[in-house]
Amino acid sequence: MSDDPTPVLRAEGLVKTHHGEGAPARAVRGVDLCVRRGEFVAVTGPSGAGKSTLLHLLGGLQRPDSGSIWLDGECADGWREARWAVERRRRIGIVFQFFNLVSDLSVADNVELPALLAGVPPKRARAERADLLAELGLEGKERSLPGELSGGEQQRVALARALVNRPPLLLADEPAGSLDSKGTREVMRLLTRFHQRGQTIVLVTHDARLASAADRVISFFDGRIADDAALDGGAPPRRAGASGVLELRD
Amino acid sequence: MRLPLLALLARGPAHGYELKQDLELLLGSAYPQPNVGQIYVTLGRLEKSGLIEGEDVEQAGRPNKKVYHLTDAGREALHAWFEETEDEPRVRDEFFMKLALAPQTGLADQIALINRQRRQYLNTMRHLSKLAAAENRDNRVAHLLIEGAMLHLQADLDWLERCQEELEELE
Repeated sequence: MSDDPTPVLRAEGLVKTHHGEGAPARAVRGVDLCVRRGEFVAVTGPSGAGKSTLLHLLGGLQRPDSGSIWLDGECADGWREARWAVERRRRIGIVFQFFNLVSDLSVADNVELPALLAGVPPKRARAERADLLAELGLEGKERSLPGELSGGEQQRVALARALVNRPPLLLADEPAGSLDSKGTREVMRLLTRFHQRGQTIVLVTHDARLASAADRVISFFDGRIADDAALDGGAPPRRAGASGVLELRD
Repeated sequence: MRLPLLALLARGPAHGYELKQDLELLLGSAYPQPNVGQIYVTLGRLEKSGLIEGEDVEQAGRPNKKVYHLTDAGREALHAWFEETEDEPRVRDEFFMKLALAPQTGLADQIALINRQRRQYLNTMRHLSKLAAAENRDNRVAHLLIEGAMLHLQADLDWLERCQEELEELE
């Protein structure tokens, strides 16, 4: 983590209520949050706690009823959809549970598209795409369509797409939610690797194993932050800890 | 550790240090290794109860080493071990009692108890993730051991979540 005092992401007093059929659902009920450069933050909690809504607010996919968001110190309150769309190419990469790839575009085009839309010269977009796909073990899949890939591979393509413009912030919404345990471990390994290189990440997950890859875990209950804990992950905790869980008894 | 040592001796005679190395190789670096002293003490007890027998083997220029082999009684004990199923993991542990009794004492807040316990579990989970990452990929037994520990912790974390949901509803 750097000493840069301006947080990558800051939110204050976020509130969002869903008005559907039946009673209004208060998904986010007053959330303050600050994410510093290089941090890897996981938000966990039961389904329906509002954690995905929170992530959508942070990525501008939904607007809060009240409260403010700052990206790199810049207030996003007045931003319209078009501006958010630009920022989601430039400053924020997002991966979703169901990948959301464009099904009739090849893997290569899916990854290059956000770069081209952001005005990157085609040659450089191709180079970035090639680097990322190699990094993510997807060489040889460039011409495949998303539907021809396994879930784990599709999520890696989605990760490449999210990172192709080198956004300062990566948002991940249940990225392993539709993957088996092998795919989950793979996502965990990749997020850890990008984080080690300085990528700032906010991850929403109900999976504690995935959350434990983060260095800070926020427990989200009923639209509010119930706990916000830094994980040390260094030396084993006092007393039992990991060895206590593993040890065979006499 | 008695039965695992017996099980290792079912393959053939071995001395204490060999058994320690075999355990390390099998279970990987994540497993908290017994020290060689513990192993000698346990072997002594197993011999006393007639489950193994030791024979002194002379070594040039060094103290004798004791090579152990399984007795018929030891083999019986192993059969019985494999035959039995094991107890289920505990749920009603010390933490549960704290949670159940906290409101009556007025000395602790249930949500604070849950939050603290969750922090510890999450830290342990993180430590386990690091152990898994450091473990040799080909050692399946070691990885299964770590994964088992992680799944147990995940269940405990899910249960804490349930407790918190129930208790916050009451507020």
